[in-house]
Order: sequence, then C-alpha cells, then structure tokens
Amino acid sequence: MTQNVKAADVERVAELAHLKLTPDEAGSMLHDLNAMLDYVAQLNELDTSSVAPLSQMSELEGASGRPALREDAVKPSLDRAEVMSQAPETDRAFFKVPKVIER
Amino acid sequence: MPSETSKPTTFVQKPKTFSELQEGIRSRRVKAADIARTYYERIERTNEQLNIYLSLTKDRALEQAARIDDAASKGDPLGPLSGIPVGVKDVLVVRGAPSTAGSKILKGYQPPYDATAVARLEAAGAVLLGKLNCDEFAMGSSNENSAYGPVRNPVDPERVPGGSSGGSAAAVAADLAVATLGTDTGGSIRQPASFCGVVGVLPTYGRVSRYGLIAFASSLDRVGPFAANVRDAATVLSVIAGPDASDATSSSASVADYAAESDKGAEGLRIGVPEEYFAEGLDPEVREQIEKGIAALENTGCTVKRVSLPNTRYAVPTYYLVATAEASANLARFDGVRYGHRSPSSATLSDMYSHSRDEGFGAEVKRRIMLGTYALSAGYYDAYYLKAQKVRRLLADEFLRAFADVDAIVTPTAPTPAFKLGEKTGDPLAMYLADIYTVTASLAGICGVTVPCGATKTGLPVGMQVLASHMNESTAFRVARAVEAAKV
Repeated sequence: MTQNVKAADVERVAELAHLKLTPDEAGSMLHDLNAMLDYVAQLNELDTSSVAPLSQMSELEGASGRPALREDAVKPSLDRAEVMSQAPETDRAFFKVPKVIER
Repeated sequence: MPSETSKPTTFVQKPKTFSELQEGIRSRRVKAADIARTYYERIERTNEQLNIYLSLTKDRALEQAARIDDAASKGDPLGPLSGIPVGVKDVLVVRGAPSTAGSKILKGYQPPYDATAVARLEAAGAVLLGKLNCDEFAMGSSNENSAYGPVRNPVDPERVPGGSSGGSAAAVAADLAVATLGTDTGGSIRQPASFCGVVGVLPTYGRVSRYGLIAFASSLDRVGPFAANVRDAATVLSVIAGPDASDATSSSASVADYAAESDKGAEGLRIGVPEEYFAEGLDPEVREQIEKGIAALENTGCTVKRVSLPNTRYAVPTYYLVATAEASANLARFDGVRYGHRSPSSATLSDMYSHSRDEGFGAEVKRRIMLGTYALSAGYYDAYYLKAQKVRRLLADEFLRAFADVDAIVTPTAPTPAFKLGEKTGDPLAMYLADIYTVTASLAGICGVTVPCGATKTGLPVGMQVLASHMNESTAFRVARAVEAAKV
C-alpha cells in the first residue's frame, strides 16, 4: 500500500471535518484512507481530458424531465416552538452555543 | 392473518396482497384497526430476535385505521393503500416520531414535519406502523453499521439482511409490514431486497421527492418501495411519485399507474445482458439462478441480446468518491446546535462541534466523512472529486447508448447471497464490493426493480436486477412481473 496520506494529513482533514479523533481512531483512519485512495487510483487509467463532469442529473439531457420549481410566494414555515423544542439549548428565540472566541 | 407455520430457524412469512387485504376492508369483513393490531402483536413477538423496528407509531396507526374503517362503513371511496400496514426506514422523518437515521447523534430527535413520501403514503390510506432499522445515515451494505444493532435476516437470522435499508427489506420478508419504504444511494434498496427475497424498486432520480429524507448524497439519494410482489410495489410507487414543490430536483414528468402497466406483459421486449456483470467474483449459484431467469424471459417472448458496459469496473471507486464528498457536506449539519446530540462539556464552540460529532457518529460514518473531506480539500479536488464526476458521465453515457438497442438490462442484483453477520465488518473495501452491480445505475440516475429469482441450494434468496432508462419504470415492472410469474 502506498502512503500518500500521512498522520499530519489525517489530523488536518479531521480538523476540517470537525471531528476530534482519538489516537486509536486516527491510526485506523490513516490505514483506511490510504487503502481507499489506492483503490480509487484506478480511475486514472481512464482518459477524461475531453469529458465534462456530471455533478447532478439535471445536467444529463432527458434524464429527469423538467424540475418542479415552486411559485415564488411566501408560505408559512415550520412552527418555531416546535423546532426549538428539539435543540440542545435555546432561549426559545435563538439557539445557544458555547462562546465562540476564547480570551 | 396467516398462521405461524414457519420452521424454527426462519421467520419468513408471505404477507397478504394489497387486493386481498382491501377486499376484506371494503366488504367490511375485516377492520383496518384489527389488521394493525395483529401486526403489532407479530412485531412484539419477533422484533427482539430480528431488531427490525426501531420505534413504533401506534397511536398514529390506530387513528388512521379508525378513519379507514369509518370511511368503509359509510361506503366512502378508499385510497389505493387503505388499511395497508407499512413501515418506513428511519432516515425518513415523521412528525413527532423518533427519527434517528440509525445514528446515536439523532437519538431522541422528534422532527417537526413529515417527509413527502410518508405523507403521500398516509394520504392514500396506508397505516404507518413504525420506523425501520438501517445502517447509520444509510451508509452500509449489511445493516451492521446501525448504532442500534444489526437487523437479522428473516431467512436465516445468522445472516445479514443487506443494507442499508435492511429493516425495510426484512420487515416485508417476515410479514411485519405489507409494504415499506427504503432509500437507495448505491444499492441500499436493491441489495437488501435481493438478500431477503422481496421486491425492491429504485425509481428514476427525481421521480420521488427527497423532502424529509435525512440526506446522505443528494445527487444519488432516492426513496423507493419494498413489497412481497411486483404489482404491490408498483402501486406504492404510483402513490409516492410525482413533483413536489419542496424538492427542486423532483421531476415534473407524468406518473403512470405502474401496477396497470405491469399487467401488460413482457412479450416483445428487448432484454440486454451485460457480460461485465457476470465476470469474476460472481457466486456460481447466483449466476445459475440469473441464467434461469434470463431463459424464462426468452420463453415469455423477450428477445435477449448481449450488451457491453466496459467501464462498469470503475463504478465502485467513482461512487465512493462522489458519495463521500456529498456526505461530508451533508453531514456538516450535525453540529450539536439545532438538533441531536451535544457534547456536555465543551468550553468553546469549536470544541463543542468536534466533541459532539466524535461522540455521535459511528466508525463508518467518520471514515466516509474523512474520505469525502479529503477528496474535496484544496489540492486534491481535481484529482479525486472532479475526476470521479467525469467518470460518472462516462458511466451514464454508456448506459444511454445501451438503451438505444434494448428496452431493459438484466443482471444479478448482488454478487453473492446474504453473507454471515461479522463476515465483512473488518474490511471496508470488501463490504463496498457488495454494491458492485448496483452503484452504476445509481450514478447514471436510471431506474430499476429487483425481483426474487429463485434461491441457492441452502435456500438463500437470489435477486435479479432489471434496469430501464430514465423515467421508464413501466418497462422495468413489466420485465420484473415476467420473472416473478416464471417462478424460477
């Protein structure tokens, strides 16, 4: 197995993904990421220099018909109290979170 | 209700058909409320062993059943699913009912709205029994990634039901629901349907609204039905399909009466068989069953011809880049702020995010978030994500070319029958290869049906995948009906 991903990369990607990995998790993640990147490397066998990327079905002609766009009109949204009741911490109007900047 | 006559090692039980149940309700010989109660008794007896339902919606079910019985007694018109007991995969939200997506991070979450597909089922008269177990955030091929424990296969409880919609497939196989909804991102309806010996439908991308589906990979995710027979699965698709103002990717294409379409027979249809789906890695007994199914289609009056899909072997790597990239973005919403788990002791917002996510997500979800984040990160985007999107177009084009010559393509649904619990959990790549025959249709956005096609010598079900071009579900149902009728 090639070692394209190093321990420092795992740390950097975990930070980007807001995951705090334990040392055990980071170790197995290093192994799994390298194994998966080795596996997907076979895509390089294909010459795609003149191929346009396909990111969603609406880009493929005739694939899913005209998308159903709604009228641009104001409609009632979800009940605020019902939504806030599911949050870990609120003051009923806003979601509350720990402080953003440490001083 | 059928009596309990199954052997001790199997929980398989054939549900009654929609028409059998509805004839009873319409003629007032049977009450929808009694049917619902009977199903709850069955669930109570077997759920501990099979772990199919994560939660029950009893009050809601009995209220709906009472409405149906009331309408029947007044002679009011009844919807196409009136009184039919259904279950839905736990990634579909139901107002006021727990919706965990098989994850610890959503434990206790009670969503404030209904998924469109669920609302349409109930508007058609279906009685929602409860929420079905699945792999966490629909990520898995064996249902072993559920934070609430694996589902066991009713055919053989030592084996997996497939995944990620394992509970949806197993519920129909064990007659703990007459029809269910699941979701399919890379094979998550088709592969478990095949493992459990039931019918599963992959609708065309955009055919069924994704509103209220807890997103995994938005360009791939589809909602679709399971049932014990093709005609009933087709009936459910007609109910849940069609445009929805709440999902901008839902299609305005007209929806057919797929059950009636499936009655038209398969005679004269041109069936393509791609050699790439019969290569190394295919279990010989699965191959034998699928070849019998193909012979049965020929006997029905179909023309069978070889087609070639040479890029098929690139589908799994393409899928795992596209799906994980989209997942890493979609799962950013689980941050301990608006719903779900929040880690109790974090001094800063940033720590709260990462601790909540580390405590809430399971190993496979983290693995996919990490791969997806890596593939999207600066310096790697072109090499991985963009490359995968280009290969995705090659794979879609290849299918479109094949469908110029044939009406449907048939393949095995999965390379093997249901495997044993624990057999593949140590090797993520081996697990991903369980989806080798299903991911290409996912990437291409086309539709399909998996239909039982006999069993191995030890009685494990084999499924045949019938694929058709975009918005051409009618053809897939006609071919699947012919395979079903042949009793391979």
